Amino acid sequence: MAGNKGRGRAAYTFNIEAVGFSRGEKLPDVALKPPPLFPDVDYKPVPLKAGEGEEYVLALKQELRETVKRMPYFIETPEEIERYSKRYMKVYKDEWMPDWRILPRELMPKKKCKKANPKASKTKGVGKGNSLTNTADVLKKIEELEKRGDGDKSDEENEEKEGSKENNKDSGEDEDEDAADQEEYDEEEQEEENDYINSYFEDGDDFGANSDDNMDEATY
Amino acid sequence: MTQAEIKLCSLLLQEHFGEIVEKVGVHLIRTGSQPLRAIAHDTGTSLDQVKKALCVLIQHNLVVYHVHKRGVVEYEAQCHRVLRMLRYPRYIYTTKTLYSDTGELIVEELLLNGKMTMSDVVKKVADRLTETMEDGKTMDYAEVSSTFVRLADTHFVQRCPFAPITDNSDTGPPPPAPTLVINEKDMYLVPKLSLIGKGKRRLSDEDASGEPKAKRLKHTDNKESPHPKAGQTWHSDKHQATVNAAPELRNKSSITTSLQRSLPVGYNISKQVLDQYLTLLADDPLEFIGKSGDSGGGMFVINLHKALASLATATLESVIQERFGSRCARIFRLVLQKKHLEQKQVEDFAMIPAKEAKDMLYKMLSENFISLQEIPKTPDHAPSRTFYLYTVNVLSAARMLLHRCYKSVANLIERRQFETKENKRLLEKSQRVEAILASMQATGAEEVQLQEIEEMITAPERQQLETLKRNVNKLDASEIQVDETIFLLESYIESTMKRQ
Repeated sequence: MAGNKGRGRAAYTFNIEAVGFSRGEKLPDVALKPPPLFPDVDYKPVPLKAGEGEEYVLALKQELRETVKRMPYFIETPEEIERYSKRYMKVYKDEWMPDWRILPRELMPKKKCKKANPKASKTKGVGKGNSLTNTADVLKKIEELEKRGDGDKSDEENEEKEGSKENNKDSGEDEDEDAADQEEYDEEEQEEENDYINSYFEDGDDFGANSDDNMDEATY
Repeated sequence: MTQAEIKLCSLLLQEHFGEIVEKVGVHLIRTGSQPLRAIAHDTGTSLDQVKKALCVLIQHNLVVYHVHKRGVVEYEAQCHRVLRMLRYPRYIYTTKTLYSDTGELIVEELLLNGKMTMSDVVKKVADRLTETMEDGKTMDYAEVSSTFVRLADTHFVQRCPFAPITDNSDTGPPPPAPTLVINEKDMYLVPKLSLIGKGKRRLSDEDASGEPKAKRLKHTDNKESPHPKAGQTWHSDKHQATVNAAPELRNKSSITTSLQRSLPVGYNISKQVLDQYLTLLADDPLEFIGKSGDSGGGMFVINLHKALASLATATLESVIQERFGSRCARIFRLVLQKKHLEQKQVEDFAMIPAKEAKDMLYKMLSENFISLQEIPKTPDHAPSRTFYLYTVNVLSAARMLLHRCYKSVANLIERRQFETKENKRLLEKSQRVEAILASMQATGAEEVQLQEIEEMITAPERQQLETLKRNVNKLDASEIQVDETIFLLESYIESTMKRQ
């Protein structure tokens, strides 16, 4: 009853003729493994188009590839080990200033960075390097004080980060992000507990002036 | 986005903008809309670098941003725009054929820089042209401007959206990101640029950023992002002369009398001959040109969708022919023509022995060029009592082929990069030798010294360099050709989807 109709013989559930095999014929082999990565082809590929136009496009393509490497839009990855020879083989690229009218404000680097060489801030570990100015030093001091457990300063800095989360770009935030990523996250987790409101830094227009002002106010 | 497309985008971004931009870009393509912080956190790059990368991507129109409530700005990548980067050389070449060197340089500058103001473009191009001209001559700014205007008129170049200028500058904090608006009518308006002569120039008051979106089809509307069709002339081998001679035909309909007047004088086609040509074109079974009425001597219409469909089918047929042989191609064409065929009928119509026909059909079926359609005879769909019909679904086959094209371009790029990396040392050495040679020639060295320097590269090394160059050229040329197929298939799929 349980489907013994074929009495042990193989029986297909469909009409084998419909798919094109006649009864009793040898069926093709079962595939035991995936097809080879580079299978042999029976037919050679057609030769490529050749002509003046095609050659010109080819030359354009290769030139374009070389040109884009020299444009300011090509951002090189910073090497972990700075090689001495690289300093003398550096390709000097034109600086590119994006049109800030059509970009969101949060993408703006701090005004201080624009004056100095923005590439210097790329090297992660050396974030607090020579390109940053007074604000960075002050903030460095703040961080050191923080570690020593100076309540006021740390709260102030925490709340700075909080306030500048979405809307405004506060200068303090960016430099801290660059400098010590790990410490950042811990500090930010801690900042929930303080009682400064998030919107403390609503009008973060003038970055330079603001950060200085904040330093002053923090000393209350 | 399919894996193949993402891989291709990643390779293109890496070649054009470096690894950091590639990381950010690919992450955005994979995960859709994301705010700044999330990108930095997920990709593990510093905020500063992510910001720079986003600036670059937005500048090149590969990423757009939206402001959500609570002031959160989210960034979204446009995968199809990234894939277009493959086609840049083709755009430049097409502009060259239509607008000569000036147009070519304008489009090249815009493609390299993403967005630019008209005055910047005109200045740069004029300076570049002046360099190549003979001493004493300078390129006139006016000429460059007029070419720019022509490019804008034919929609090769398009204006970018910009933030509207508001008077109230002190109503609370400015928004986190400008809401970019662009009036459709303004998209192709060019500001009145008063560039005086060659040396001095004044910037016009209104700045317009031109953004290249080469568009040939005038009748498509500008509401969605314009389709960057690089103005490929539709070559029809039979009718090449007529198509090139009648630019008006590209509009939806035209009148025969005006058509005749617009033909270039050198053609000397009389009215009867023209009528004959047009009737011939209209009667052609491929139905590119149709006659839609008799007013004004005859109204003719170009049916672009049909043209694209037949081009796509021709591509499929040729792929099958080159991969599986001409008998398979015969079967394919047969099934295409008859729409649905049974196994037995295929053997009969194609006049191919059963065994081989079976084999070929299954090969094509396994590669998804042909699909199987079941038609049950009984409501219980019993396999012994159903018809199995072979059919070709052109749209899905085109999609499958397109996917394969993306994969092949990605493979070609990877192989090319591998070859270049393998021989990096040799390439650097040859570059150094060339630099030394050039400097020595400039300072006037003797033949002997030059020969010595040249011998720094040994003969087998030279051979190796030659082979490398040949291979890289071949791979590049293949990329360009596959890109043509991609263009064709994408246009066909898009045109079909629009109709549905």
